[in-house]
Amino acid sequence: MPQPHDVLFKTLADPTRRALFERLCRDGDLTVAALTAEAGVSQPAVSKHLGILKRAGLVGDRHEGRQTHYSAKPEALAPMADWTREMTLFWQGRFDALEDLLKRMDQ
Amino acid sequence: MNDSANETRSVVIERELPHPPERIWRALTQPHLLEEWLMKTDFLPEVGGGFRFAAEWGAVTGEVKTAETGKWLSYTWGDGTLDTVVTWTLKPSGSGTLLRMEQTGFRTDQPRYLMGATAGWPRFLDNLEQLLARID
Repeated sequence: MPQPHDVLFKTLADPTRRALFERLCRDGDLTVAALTAEAGVSQPAVSKHLGILKRAGLVGDRHEGRQTHYSAKPEALAPMADWTREMTLFWQGRFDALEDLLKRMDQ
Repeated sequence: MNDSANETRSVVIERELPHPPERIWRALTQPHLLEEWLMKTDFLPEVGGGFRFAAEWGAVTGEVKTAETGKWLSYTWGDGTLDTVVTWTLKPSGSGTLLRMEQTGFRTDQPRYLMGATAGWPRFLDNLEQLLARID
């Protein structure tokens, strides 16, 4: 079973999606039209990316008249933004470096 | 500290190393050796002593809590957001040593993204990109 952070990594690995998510984090609620104006890709492409972000739980949508407004849900990043995960990666790297050093000290 | 009210989490890493505890102790406590595998530091293994670890991404400050030569060492590890304790335990094992590192005190009500939110999302996403590159 994929871990929650695998889906988040895959979703945000795409630079266009990352830019859309970042903009929603920064600017709050935006319509597809407003997002398309600065995205550098077509409106259908923006809609497709927003759909992927929505499935990953990173954005939410709200219908208002004919417009759909999107907003960021940064709390969805929690599984991979967890300190313990980050520190585990950090210490594993340090342990590798320590082993290299100990070998050199042996000589 | 008011940790009793909040659940905390730990990171534990254990490795069997084919080296005697004395050698590992030196690597854990001497600044010129610490610089080679951990970070640049003014560390001294004396209880109550304050020190600083510095890396390109920031600095960590700490204070030595306990130190028994060749056996165990613990110090606080904080960077303004984190308030944790790192404990090293060295146990002779065969011809080598079982080295254990435990970092305790990660608060579950304070996930990393809170810091990202205050520092600004663009910076957080830069870190994310580096993380993505690292796990490839």
